Amino acid sequence: MTAFDTAVEAAAPPATGLSATLKHARHVVTGNPITGFSFTLFILLLACALFGSFFVPYDPLATNTAVALKPPSLHHLMGTDQLGRDLLSRVVVGTRLDMAVAIFSVALVFALGGISGIAAGYFGGWTDRLVGRLSDTIMAFPLFVLAMGIVAALGNTVTNIIIATAIINYPLYVRIARAEANVRRNAGFVQAARLSGNGEFRILLTQILPNILPIMMVQMSLTMGYAILNAAGLSFIGLGVRPPTPEWGIMVAEGAAFIVSGEWWIALFPGLALMLAVFCFNLLGDGLRDIVDPQRRT
Amino acid sequence: MLDVVHQPLLDIRNLTVEFATRRGTVTAVRHINISVGRGETLGIVGESGSGKSVTSFAVMRILDRAGRIADGSVTFSGIDLIAATDRDMGDMRGREISMIFQNPRAAINPIRKVGHQIEDVLLRHVQAVRSNVKEKAIDILKQVRIARPEERYHAYPFELSGGMCQRIVIAIALACKPQLLIADEPTTGLDVTTQKAMMELVIELTHKRGMSTVLITHDLGLAAAYCDGVVVMQQGEVVETASSGVIFKAPAHPYTRKLMRATPRPGATLRDLLEEERPARTPTSVQTDGSPLLKINNLIKEYPRQRVAKSMAKLFGRNASAADAEPFRAVDGVSFEIKRGQSVGLVGESGCGKSTTSMMAMRLLDPTSGSIILDGEDIGAIPARDFAKLPARKRIQMVFQDPTDSLNPRFTAARAIADPILRLGDVRGRDALRARCEELAQLVGLPRHLLDRFPHQLSGGQKARVGIARAIALHPELVILDEPTAALDVSVQAIVLNLLDELKSRLSMSYLFVSHDLHVVRLLCDHVIVMKSGRIVEKGSARQVLEAPQDEYTRELIAAIPHPPV
Repeated sequence: MTAFDTAVEAAAPPATGLSATLKHARHVVTGNPITGFSFTLFILLLACALFGSFFVPYDPLATNTAVALKPPSLHHLMGTDQLGRDLLSRVVVGTRLDMAVAIFSVALVFALGGISGIAAGYFGGWTDRLVGRLSDTIMAFPLFVLAMGIVAALGNTVTNIIIATAIINYPLYVRIARAEANVRRNAGFVQAARLSGNGEFRILLTQILPNILPIMMVQMSLTMGYAILNAAGLSFIGLGVRPPTPEWGIMVAEGAAFIVSGEWWIALFPGLALMLAVFCFNLLGDGLRDIVDPQRRT
Repeated sequence: MLDVVHQPLLDIRNLTVEFATRRGTVTAVRHINISVGRGETLGIVGESGSGKSVTSFAVMRILDRAGRIADGSVTFSGIDLIAATDRDMGDMRGREISMIFQNPRAAINPIRKVGHQIEDVLLRHVQAVRSNVKEKAIDILKQVRIARPEERYHAYPFELSGGMCQRIVIAIALACKPQLLIADEPTTGLDVTTQKAMMELVIELTHKRGMSTVLITHDLGLAAAYCDGVVVMQQGEVVETASSGVIFKAPAHPYTRKLMRATPRPGATLRDLLEEERPARTPTSVQTDGSPLLKINNLIKEYPRQRVAKSMAKLFGRNASAADAEPFRAVDGVSFEIKRGQSVGLVGESGCGKSTTSMMAMRLLDPTSGSIILDGEDIGAIPARDFAKLPARKRIQMVFQDPTDSLNPRFTAARAIADPILRLGDVRGRDALRARCEELAQLVGLPRHLLDRFPHQLSGGQKARVGIARAIALHPELVILDEPTAALDVSVQAIVLNLLDELKSRLSMSYLFVSHDLHVVRLLCDHVIVMKSGRIVEKGSARQVLEAPQDEYTRELIAAIPHPPV
């Protein structure tokens, strides 16, 4: 509603630059309790990942058969596993690996998928067909099975998990970047940039990319949760990192065997951490969308 | 019941509408009084932000969530609309009060047959039953003068032209024979000849049925031509209410006078559009030394027609029909020339090829054949992609139609103006560049402190100034103006047109002014070219074309422009 927009503009001249963005971010975070919660959770997860190993009560790898399979108590808040390792320490330390896999794989797919998608949308023609068919091919596989195949073929390392996770997310990024670049390729400001003597690649980088970045950021946050789930899933079926490394997926897999005999805590707590992390990233995506999308600034 | 007849049909008393925003409460409409009698046609006129649309939304109770009717009453034939329940309002909308929106394509469902959409309204308000609904729908299509209504009943909106879509919207609005029709800028975005046909249709249908109409528009001329009474709104307040005969002869409020002055009309010069206090300057003399700057010869642009259909036909072993094989000619053998210091207007309705021609002259689009000669050099043969980096790029620049769309939302005004200088200019160094930007900003009348703002923090007029500053940054010899004021309010348009005229003589540029509005073109141009379906139908001096048009089509165009009685 244009009439209303102008009325608002006339009422209050907006502040400029970074301070306005920060102010708006603060408004979104404080205005919506769910967004506020997800941001707090995200900071907590980040703190666990960065400094977790310094403040955990026990060594996550130290075994102590005397206290094996103890339920949660004051000494071991989340109980202990079959080798007497402290579960709380393992869950906290495991954050680092899971977050690292998520962040690096998302960064990788953002670089590959984002750039090839923008190029496909902007140039069209052969670039578009090539990139489009590549992502179609990837989409033709059940994604988790594809990830399993890649890790099985390349070898059981963290790097390969990151690569596999990036590859299965590739079509998502290509599609978004392609669609967004496509609608902007003949926008007035792009035409104006051509008149100013900008080459095609410069237009791509200085005119198109900055306008697509916010939308891609939201997508990154949403895929982050999926990446964590994927990495944990691979570890769960034995294709990820190897024990005894503390990692949520393996811990759930190890604990699964004990659920029947009543030792529920071994699988529950890493599973809960996993769930919270995925939940956090999904909510974060919604919050980020509110921050970056000026349309929602009512 | 009897006294109801003497009451106005719609009575808005002391209405105040507020919007809750983060920056506090914004009052969009402030204590307004408007009443519409039975059978009356009332025009609500105002510029963007005047609250005219918000008023109609409040009457229909379709304000968005942030909006709130803070005070006042809205009575529709004795019923209090503000107190009515949502359910009652649902029954009222469409049956008692209907609305026509600005963009007809956005107002109808793109994937549903238009006939079915008319049936939806009839069935919703129990005006028809399953057995006779189709018959009624076709009857309504006939009334809005859609040719071959039985066939069009099955058409999807994308198969219809903009004017036809608006007829469908009118059909839907009038299907249930409402008592009041609210038309919110019903013809903005339509061609003048379509606008004329559309307004005449609405007026005829509503008069025949004894309906009342509220016409919301920014165009004083349109309101004058079709309304009995006019309400002028400014910043959420009604500043003047009068019958249309009185308001145009003796406007009482200074704002009404300002609006009237700014509306382009026959006989007015560019200076006449501005404030009356300003000293009248001598009309800018045209320094034409006669040497041609740009010469366009037999320019043709073809687009392949229905490639998919052709390959499908081939696939099934059938020959593609002759119509499919022949490419579509958007521009069909256009020739003209622009002399140094001259401004040439290129006029025509949408789809006539005027934009395609200007894009080719601009070297953003490659012609199929023909030559574009700039100062003796044929630039038509250079592919558009390579042209961007040539020195000749500096000599032709453009001001775009939509000031919002043509500015990168992530660039500040200063960065946008500096862009061409950085790529093709010879100013180097941060301070020198900034100084040049400030110089340009001063030239186009953009306050210096606005240079660091982003487009969404600027008003329409300010954005237009940034676009103009960017276009003149490289001292171009030819500037193509593609409807530079189409998205602006009339008062802003008056200022921008004057600015363009002043810049032209000061920087000795030539203009190619592309527009659909003959009156606007006449103000700025000494030479006019009229185009229709890819061809030039008439060219000559502006005076000659407007006052003694030779071609039938030009006459039709001129006759279709509504203007206030002066």
